[in-house]
Amino acid sequence: MKALSIKNLTKIYSNGFKALDGIDLTVNAGDFYSLLGPNGAGKTTAIAIVCSLVNKTMGNIRVFDHDIETRLEEAKMSIGMVPQEVNFNTFDTPINIVVNQAGYYGIERNIALKRAKEYLGELRLWEKRNDNARSLSGGMKRRLMIARALIHQPKLLILDEPTAGVDIEIRRSMWKFLRSINNNGTTIILTTHYLEEAESLCRNVAIIDDGKIIQDTSMNSLLRQLKQETFILSVENELTTKPKLGDFECNLLDSQNLEVIIDSNHGINELFELLNSQNIKINSMRNKSNRLEELFLKVVDNKKKHSH
Amino acid sequence: MNTKINLVAFYTILRKEILRVLRIWVQTIVPPAITMTLYFVIFGNLIGSRIGNMEGYTYMQFIAPGIIMMSVITNSYGNVVSSFFGAKYGGYLDEMLVAPVANATIILGHIAGGIIRGLLVGSMVTIIALSFTDLKLTYPLVTFSIVFLSSMVFALAGFINALFAKKFDDIAIIPTFIITPLTYLGGVFYSINLLPEFWQNISLFNPILYMVNAFRYGVLGSSDIDITYAYMVVGIFIIILFSISLLLLKKGTGIRE
Repeated sequence: MKALSIKNLTKIYSNGFKALDGIDLTVNAGDFYSLLGPNGAGKTTAIAIVCSLVNKTMGNIRVFDHDIETRLEEAKMSIGMVPQEVNFNTFDTPINIVVNQAGYYGIERNIALKRAKEYLGELRLWEKRNDNARSLSGGMKRRLMIARALIHQPKLLILDEPTAGVDIEIRRSMWKFLRSINNNGTTIILTTHYLEEAESLCRNVAIIDDGKIIQDTSMNSLLRQLKQETFILSVENELTTKPKLGDFECNLLDSQNLEVIIDSNHGINELFELLNSQNIKINSMRNKSNRLEELFLKVVDNKKKHSH
Repeated sequence: MNTKINLVAFYTILRKEILRVLRIWVQTIVPPAITMTLYFVIFGNLIGSRIGNMEGYTYMQFIAPGIIMMSVITNSYGNVVSSFFGAKYGGYLDEMLVAPVANATIILGHIAGGIIRGLLVGSMVTIIALSFTDLKLTYPLVTFSIVFLSSMVFALAGFINALFAKKFDDIAIIPTFIITPLTYLGGVFYSINLLPEFWQNISLFNPILYMVNAFRYGVLGSSDIDITYAYMVVGIFIIILFSISLLLLKKGTGIRE
């Protein structure tokens, strides 16, 4: 079953700007899917069209097989949306914001109140339910928008940069929450600037640039395209000279940190064998930069070179 | 269109609108009460006592229905335009746009909110008027129906204004340059029989004249025009404005790019 099917979606704004240039996208039910792209690539426009907030110029969209042209009501019932910007009435209370949203989906108030308690509780906002929404922190506002998007129990949750500006602790707790609702069957589409977020959460990924999809694949196969990775190894014993590591290119950053480049022809075990043979013990190891970030920049860069 | 979804959604919008009016009562209820009290004191009491009778009623009695209607009209309009534009400006109109709420329900929910505020303020102004003069309901059905329908007309007009408005200044243009002049020239403070024939004929193009006179007929039993025309004018305006609102929402004018 396809949760979302987009065919030839095009959007040309009234000022002539082509935000989307005939994109095709398919997201299967139950997937955790990431839509990546630089600023202005067309991610938010695509999402806004799916959620009926922007009119499309051309193309076809089906949500759980409901065409948004002919069966908009059913399509809307299936979607929950968390936008990029805070878009609730900041003079209202969290409980009212969430319960009113339920009302727009035809959910009676007594049921909505029970669900609001459940979702606000899970997102650690229940204690703040009667506060003025203005007084909530940035992270709380984001979580409130997630609770609001879930109140009608949608089958497809679309999150447009949900963790922007949120501290690491809250971001991790939001990841945990999103994983749990995905495990319970909700399809999730996520756009994010934190590429480690996409790598950690998503199984499939599309990269959009200049209104076109330039990659649409599984996260694993995308990462396999990465030809080499740079690792920083923290060594136990102090090093005075750069060790000889065969085909592995390496740099001694300081006496206890070694930078090693591993290409796709060599396994990490080979590296450890070489290090062991020289009695170099490794305390810890980390990527120099985010793998997906490197790949993302390469893919977008390649696309630009080809278009020139 | 799913009836249950839309009934619950209508109730939700209406409830939200009523709570909004009550939450900001200092902005929504108090100012019209003060303004209308000043009208009664200055025009009705101080100046009116020197004017004498008009159409067989004291000047205070004559202007009271018009002032009540003026408060209903301006508040119905003001409520919808400020609430809907506020939702649009603040981005929380999206809450409704992403949901399966029919466009007609969005319109009806907001105009019902406008009507309730209009009638609430109108009732309060009526109580104030009763402290200045005696008013009896000659034709209660006419009084209530025309005030309700007129309120609906202006709530719909406010809705359309909010759709087109791009900034806060835009929601003040229509009330300042159209509604206020038409209200003042709509026979609130005078009978059009006092005007030269040319201006009497011009006045007949002013829809507010029909509303004020029909309301005055309901209260006092006296009107410058045939109230059948008043119902026709109000009915036509409701149909036209509601159709325009529906069309604009469907096209996404002012709310969807």
